[in-house]
Amino acid sequence: MNGRIFMQHDAILDLVQGMARLTRHQLEERGIENPAMIGIHTGGVWVARQLQPLLGIDEPLGELDISFYRDDFTRIGMNPQVKPSKIPFEVEERHIVLVDDVIQSGRTVRAAMNEIFDFGRPASILLVTLIERSGRELPIQPDVAGLQPPLADDEHIRLEGPDPLTLRISGHPGTRGSA
Amino acid sequence: MRENLQLNEAGELRHLLSIEGLKREHLERILDIAESFAVLPGRQVKKVPLLRGRIVTNLFFENSTRTRTTFELAAKLLSADVINFNVSVSATSKGETLLDTLRNLEAMHSDLFVVRHQHSGAAHFIARHVAPGVSVINAGDGWHAHPTQALLDMFTIRRHKGDFTPLRVAIVGDIQHSRVARSQIMALNTLGVTEVRIIGPCTLLPAEARSLGVHLYHDLESGLEEVDVIIMLRLQRERMEGALLPSAHEYFQLYGLTEARLKRARPDAIVMHPGPINRGVEIASEVADGPRSVILQQVSYGIAVRMAVMSLILGARGGENE
Repeated sequence: MNGRIFMQHDAILDLVQGMARLTRHQLEERGIENPAMIGIHTGGVWVARQLQPLLGIDEPLGELDISFYRDDFTRIGMNPQVKPSKIPFEVEERHIVLVDDVIQSGRTVRAAMNEIFDFGRPASILLVTLIERSGRELPIQPDVAGLQPPLADDEHIRLEGPDPLTLRISGHPGTRGSA
Repeated sequence: MRENLQLNEAGELRHLLSIEGLKREHLERILDIAESFAVLPGRQVKKVPLLRGRIVTNLFFENSTRTRTTFELAAKLLSADVINFNVSVSATSKGETLLDTLRNLEAMHSDLFVVRHQHSGAAHFIARHVAPGVSVINAGDGWHAHPTQALLDMFTIRRHKGDFTPLRVAIVGDIQHSRVARSQIMALNTLGVTEVRIIGPCTLLPAEARSLGVHLYHDLESGLEEVDVIIMLRLQRERMEGALLPSAHEYFQLYGLTEARLKRARPDAIVMHPGPINRGVEIASEVADGPRSVILQQVSYGIAVRMAVMSLILGARGGENE
């Protein structure tokens, strides 16, 4: 694995604790009592699995693979590692907590929302991400983010897992020390 | 370069003309992607936007409503636009050559041709002559190949049996004139099954059978002994007219799959058929409609597998153009 470790398992779980608190607050503010959760394959599913029990959601987790909804298919082709999307509950009229590991351009979340609508019309979608970083190309912002690390444009951050979870930064050698 | 015609420089699938020349990884990749398409019918919206803005042309020189319909549905579920061009009743009957037909359709900006033709090699011919960036899927050519049928059969087998390696598979009927059987045999051997058996009368088994890596049986009951998968082929009426077979009734007596004969196979054996079935000719109704039959699942899986092939091919094409 190239790149440097930015954050390790226990620290990430601490972040998720904080995210759970903020998410609960958001849900209360919106008067939402019985949300369902969907994680975006692969990192978002790992984060969602940690977050789900903290929010007291018993219903099975939905898992989305957005490969069929990507906007760069004509440039990069089919993702050979595509997994079937599974949403084991009715989306129609449900309040959804959508979870991803990193938001950057916002294109993944756009694709995920398009796919969710093909399962049904949700009552609302609340977006929770572990990392919120710069580089947005679409007007999509997370409602809850675990951390906003300062990253150079050519630095990449990614979540490895699921056990243990590790955040790793690669690309630019990095002039800022690890957080 | 004929053997490489199907792959681009990166080794990705650019056309699908035959199973021959494809590696196990190619077949497994198609089957893996098909898994993700197979879950779509359970959703409110059954289509995905992957091929939005692409044009798929079904170019059928030989009638086949069923195959054409599943390709059409597969393309539509990928959000492509579809043109159906039934050539047997169209241009070539007015004297237009195959190449002229092709140039005309290319001028309509088709990205992918799905070709069915009565002559072996027709899809290869078209693939060699299409404009760069246009792809071809062989939907059956003469006695040569029908790769998407073989792939959907492999998908059906994998869904029921998981691993290919321990399997014994029997293909029963007119192997000699069957492009389906030829493609199935290649796919099964590429995926590494233990044994492929072909079962039928001498007049309907190919002379070169042993070089295909199969075992020959002329007796159905011994051929079915301990097999995990039974693939029945449709008996075409013209074989009787060609004096290769005495009568449909006699064929059923010797090679029809009945409940009693099915008992020779393993207790969890599945029964497959590419359709359309001739009840009472190659298969008894009680078997075709029975609990071991997966014939209708094959039809559903055919859509997912064709979606996987189309999306892989058109995705590879995009990569190549970058």
